[in-house]
Amino acid sequence: MTENTNTNNQLTDFHRQKNKEEMKRNVISFAMMIVSTIIAFAVVASGVMDRVFAIFLLFILAVAQVAFQFFYFMHMKEKGHAMPAVMIVAGTWAAFLTTFGLIAAVWW
Amino acid sequence: MSIAVSDKNSAVTQKRSIGAVLWDYLTTVDHMKVAHLYLFGGAFFFILGGIEAVIIRIQLLVPENDFVSAGFYNEIITMHGTTMIFLAAMPLLLGMMNAIMPLQIGARDVAFPFLNSLGVWLFILGGIMLNMSWFFGGAPDAGWTAYAPLSTTSPGHGVDFYAVGLQIAGAGTLMSGINFLVTIINMRAPGMTYMRMPLFTWTTFITSILILFAFPALTVGLFLLMFDRMFGSAFFDVALGGNTIIWQHLFWIFGHPEVYILILPVFGLFSEIFSTFSKKRLFGYTSMVFATMLIAFLGFMVWAHHMFTVGMGPIANTIFSVATMAIAIPTGIKIFNWLATMWGGNVKINSAMLWALGFIPSFTIGGMTGIMVATVAADYQYHDTYFVIAHFHYTIVGGTVMGIFAGLHYWWPKIFGRVLNETLGKITFWTFFIGFHMTFFIQHFLGLMGMPRRYWVFLENQGLDTGNFISSLGALFMSIGVIVFIYNAIYVWLKGEKAAADPWDGRTLEWTTASPPEHYNWKQTPLIRGLDCLWIEKTEGNGKMTPAEPLKDIHMPNNTIIPFIMTLGFFISGFGFIYQTENKLWYIALFGGMAIALLAMLVRSLQDDVGHYITKEELKGEAK
Repeated sequence: MTENTNTNNQLTDFHRQKNKEEMKRNVISFAMMIVSTIIAFAVVASGVMDRVFAIFLLFILAVAQVAFQFFYFMHMKEKGHAMPAVMIVAGTWAAFLTTFGLIAAVWW
Repeated sequence: MSIAVSDKNSAVTQKRSIGAVLWDYLTTVDHMKVAHLYLFGGAFFFILGGIEAVIIRIQLLVPENDFVSAGFYNEIITMHGTTMIFLAAMPLLLGMMNAIMPLQIGARDVAFPFLNSLGVWLFILGGIMLNMSWFFGGAPDAGWTAYAPLSTTSPGHGVDFYAVGLQIAGAGTLMSGINFLVTIINMRAPGMTYMRMPLFTWTTFITSILILFAFPALTVGLFLLMFDRMFGSAFFDVALGGNTIIWQHLFWIFGHPEVYILILPVFGLFSEIFSTFSKKRLFGYTSMVFATMLIAFLGFMVWAHHMFTVGMGPIANTIFSVATMAIAIPTGIKIFNWLATMWGGNVKINSAMLWALGFIPSFTIGGMTGIMVATVAADYQYHDTYFVIAHFHYTIVGGTVMGIFAGLHYWWPKIFGRVLNETLGKITFWTFFIGFHMTFFIQHFLGLMGMPRRYWVFLENQGLDTGNFISSLGALFMSIGVIVFIYNAIYVWLKGEKAAADPWDGRTLEWTTASPPEHYNWKQTPLIRGLDCLWIEKTEGNGKMTPAEPLKDIHMPNNTIIPFIMTLGFFISGFGFIYQTENKLWYIALFGGMAIALLAMLVRSLQDDVGHYITKEELKGEAK
């Protein structure tokens, strides 16, 4: 609230600098996500990799994509997001255990 | 004549106020009134489940008894378990959390008052729906675990009521869990850091996390069961490529965290009681917090210990066995911390403290037999015998129910504005405590002698006669205890004096409000200066909290009937779901009920309800 007490509606240099950095990071992470998507498609389409390795690689790329999504585009890297982060990690863990348990114990 | 007129007037106001009170409770969004609803609902179902328990014990009083028929016995044991877990223990705990947790963190209400009201009505109507099955052709009879294919092939509509009723009640619980999480994260008073929160608030927080992550598994499981029974799917039908074990996994992925949902809140409230009545800070506060987290964390990785005899193989069994035994470590930390809290303290023994003292040995026995049944090789002997019955009643009755009684005696003044009678409280404790050990201790040995679970009769001269007789006698004592407690509650309501704000010389924030508190809880939000914040002020001679803000207008939510209407819609559509298999006309109920619920949601979304303000002037006026 205190930042908005300026009578002119101009952003301060500090905020402009911050926004610029934020934009840069977002663009970089967006580019990286596109690149990893292209890699994923390329690996499958060209068939250069073994099936097992390809699946393994796809999993790693998928996890990286989710992390980018959460941390950069859903602002989890910012301050005050510790509790949502804890909840997301805990929820992911519970969901993983559930699916892994079912796969390992029922169908394996 | 003027006296007669005033009498008549008062009678009229009395009469009107009954309707007004009813309307007030139907529309309330206040956390304390929602807590009352949870407690009344939970108490009603607790009595119902208790009656079912007594019927079980009368049936097993003598060999080859025919007090009830075999089929009815199946319904009774199923409903006893389901009612006690979902409709008695958990709502009673949620009620206490609702009443006390906002007071302990200095909040005026929970984060989502509307959702809170919706949660309690979903629980109450879900519970009523489940019990309606008694009047509509028989209750569920597949055990409280409803294992497939027993549950998918059970004739009649009993198990349908189980699936739909629990689905509705479970949705309410899930909402409450999310509500508590948001409240604790966002609505703590200034200075109330995480590590200054009272332990009951901490365990409420961890329990809510467990609810959030465990209940979806139950929701999924119940939906699969519902689809299999009502819409011709084959998730659990082996003949059509399904798998019955999926149900067991889903049920226990929910079910094991569920038992920690039942026990963690009472760990918290026992910590408060030990600390208050020993006049000492809780020993090892930090380790208590982390032990709670550890129990919750491990609680998600042990579900398959309910399934050792399913045939998962030695490796899976061993992993789950070791993980289960690991839980004894944080639980042991807690037990020793409670003992160390009392050590050297100025211990005062009243009825709340008696329950807490009785809890330690009872629960420890339950924990010890827990290690025994966690041992895979031995579990092949214990499985499905009365040994298991004895084990989990020692943890759930010796832990959760004793905790509920302790919490009710401790917080009764805060929740209902009366202090419970000490003499009656002690009679309740001793009859219930003795009855409890009589009923369940002997069952360990009945189980070891080979008496199986869920059988409606046992034969003469197999060494089971005396044990079962003692066990049934114990149930009589427990019933007397509960009846005395109910008498106590009614007695102090009619005859008791209004309780003081702080009858126990308490340490935590809830004792700074009136008993019962105003609906806005505090005129000014208090400033928290440390753990046991009220005690800090007392030792420094202030005696009351320093306000953290000037006196200003208080923003409060408006009452609303929408949650009740929404729930009624789900309730009606539930019947539609159950009976549409017989007659297509029931689709009217199904879609009609859903329409009511969705319409209520629409009204809620479009309505601009910004709540109301209690003005500064009103607050000043009330001070005099």
